[in-house]
Amino acid sequence: MSDGLMIEVANLTKRYAGHAALSNVSFTVRRGEVVGLLGPNGAGKSTTMRILSCYLPGSSGTVRIAGLDVFRQSAEVRRRIGYMPENNPLHQDLRVREYLKFRARLKGLSRKHSRERADVVMEQCGLADVSRRIIGQLSKGYRQRVGLADALVHEPELIILDEPTIGLDPNQIRSVRQLIKGLAGAHTVLISTHILPEAEMTCNRMVILYEGKVLAADTPENLQRLMAGSNHVIAEIAASPAELRECWAQMPEIEQFDVSPSEGDYYRCLLTPRDGLDLRPQVFELARSRGWPLRELTRNRHSLEDIYMQLTHPQGEEEI
Amino acid sequence: MGACWTLTRRELGAYFLSLTGYIIIAAALFLVGFNFVEMIQGLQQEPTTKPITEIFFSDSLVFWFILVLTTPVITMRLFALEKFSGTFETLMTTPVSDLQVVLAKFFAAMLFYILMWLPLLGCVFTVRHLTGDAAAFDFGNVGATFLGILLIGSLFISLGCCASALTRSQVAAAMMGLALGATLFLLGYLARALPVQTDWQTRTLACFAFFDQMRDFARGVVDTRPVVFFVSLTGFFLFLTLRIVESRRWK
Repeated sequence: MSDGLMIEVANLTKRYAGHAALSNVSFTVRRGEVVGLLGPNGAGKSTTMRILSCYLPGSSGTVRIAGLDVFRQSAEVRRRIGYMPENNPLHQDLRVREYLKFRARLKGLSRKHSRERADVVMEQCGLADVSRRIIGQLSKGYRQRVGLADALVHEPELIILDEPTIGLDPNQIRSVRQLIKGLAGAHTVLISTHILPEAEMTCNRMVILYEGKVLAADTPENLQRLMAGSNHVIAEIAASPAELRECWAQMPEIEQFDVSPSEGDYYRCLLTPRDGLDLRPQVFELARSRGWPLRELTRNRHSLEDIYMQLTHPQGEEEI
Repeated sequence: MGACWTLTRRELGAYFLSLTGYIIIAAALFLVGFNFVEMIQGLQQEPTTKPITEIFFSDSLVFWFILVLTTPVITMRLFALEKFSGTFETLMTTPVSDLQVVLAKFFAAMLFYILMWLPLLGCVFTVRHLTGDAAAFDFGNVGATFLGILLIGSLFISLGCCASALTRSQVAAAMMGLALGATLFLLGYLARALPVQTDWQTRTLACFAFFDQMRDFARGVVDTRPVVFFVSLTGFFLFLTLRIVESRRWK
C-alpha cells in the first residue's frame, strides 16, 4: 500500500459509445488534502467521480483508493468513501434522522452506532433542528446538508462531493464551504465544481479537466505563478515622471514599466515584475524614503478565472 | 445481512409512505370482498361441498385479475424510481452487494404482496362464521391456498423486478411487467386448451397450466411439480435481474 496516497488515478480512459469521456487521465491525491476537480460542464468531472466511487467502471487504466483497486476490491473501497452525487439525490419520503440512520445501516454500521453517528453528523451539519422533518419538504440548502451528512455518516477516509454548492444562495454556499473546510485534515476531500472562487477558497490543490483530459494539476498559488508574466503592480505616486521612470529603470526586479498621468499631481505606474515577485514592499519603501505621497498600491493578481479561461480556451481573445 | 434487512424494511416502508400501497391494498380488498359477497349469494341458492377456497379459484377470474394487474404496479417502482431519482447511485456506492439489493427489493415486494392477500384470510373466516360450519375453514386447505398464492406471486413479482431493472421509467416498467404477466397468464389458457399429448412441447406448455395448478392448491393438494416450476422460474428471473443490475459495471 502506497503511503500517504489516497487516490491514484493512472491513465484512466472512459469510452461511451462513440466518444471518449475521459482519455488518459492521471492524478494523485494525498491523504488529508482537499482537492478540487475543475472544468466546464461536460469535461468529465462527474464521470471521474463515478468511477472513483465504484459506480461505473473505467474502460482502461487503473484507479486505486487507499491502495485498493476500485474495480477488484469495490466493496472495500466503497466502505471508505462517502460520495454525494451531482444534484444530491435523496429519498424524499423519509425524515432526516430516519434517512441518516438508514444510510448508516446500509454502510455497515451497527444499529447503536448508526444512531450515534446520525446525531453527530446532524449536529456537524446544522441539521439538529430539522431532524424530524420530511426531506422532501426541506429547502434546498438543508437538503444539500443532508447529502453532506450522508457522505460523512460512516466516517469515511475519502469524501467525494460532486458540485456540492450548485443551486444554493450565497449564504448557503458560504455555510457549505465552511463545512467542507472543516473536513480537511481529518478526511481527504475531492470536490468538483465549475465555480473558480470556490475551488480557490476551499482547495489545497486543483486538477483542471477539459474535454476528458487533465490540463493542469497544482496548488492555486502555483497555477497563479504559471501566469506570473503579467502579474503587475499599480502604484499611484505624486512625483515627477522623469524621476519615477529613472527609479523604475534602476530596480532590478522590474521587467517592464509604464508611467501615465492620473488625476491631480499623481502618476499612475504600471509595473511588471520579473518572476511573479510581489513588488509592493519595495515600492512602498521607495516612496517612503523619497517622501513621495502614495495613494494607491495594488497588485493586479491573475485570478484563477483568467488561468482557467486561458487553459480551457488556449487560443484566447487575442486572436478574435 | 443487516444491510439487506435494512433495505427490505425501507422498501416495504416506502409503499406505505406514499398512497400507492394503500390504493393497491384497497383495490384488491374491494375485489376480493365483492367476489365473496357474490359467492355467498350463490351458495345460498346452491349449496356445495367444495372448499370455499376452491370455489374462489375455480369459479371466478378475480384472483387472476388482481394478480396480473397488481404485481406490475407493486414492482414498477423498485428499480425504475431509484434510477429516475438518482438514488440508485447513492445506493450502489454503499458497500451493499448487487445481490443484496436485488434480494432486498424482491423480498420487500413479496412482503407487500402477502400483506395484500391477507384480507382473503378474513373473507374465509367470515364464511366460516356465517355458515357456522367448522369444515369451511380447514387449515390444510387455507395453508395450501396461501402457498399457491405465494408461489405464483413470487413468479410474477420476480418478472416485475426484471422489468423494473430494465428501465428508468416506472410507467414503462409497469407496462413491460403487465405485458409479460399477461403473456404468462394467456399461456395458461393455451395449456388448458391443448389436448394431452406426450411430445415435450406440449408437456412443457402443460407446466404453465396455472388454473389447474392453483385449483389444486386451493383444494389442499400440494404437488411438487408446480412448486419446483414456480421456484425455479422465480430464481431464473431474479438471476436475470441481478445480471441487469450488474451490467452497469461491465466494461
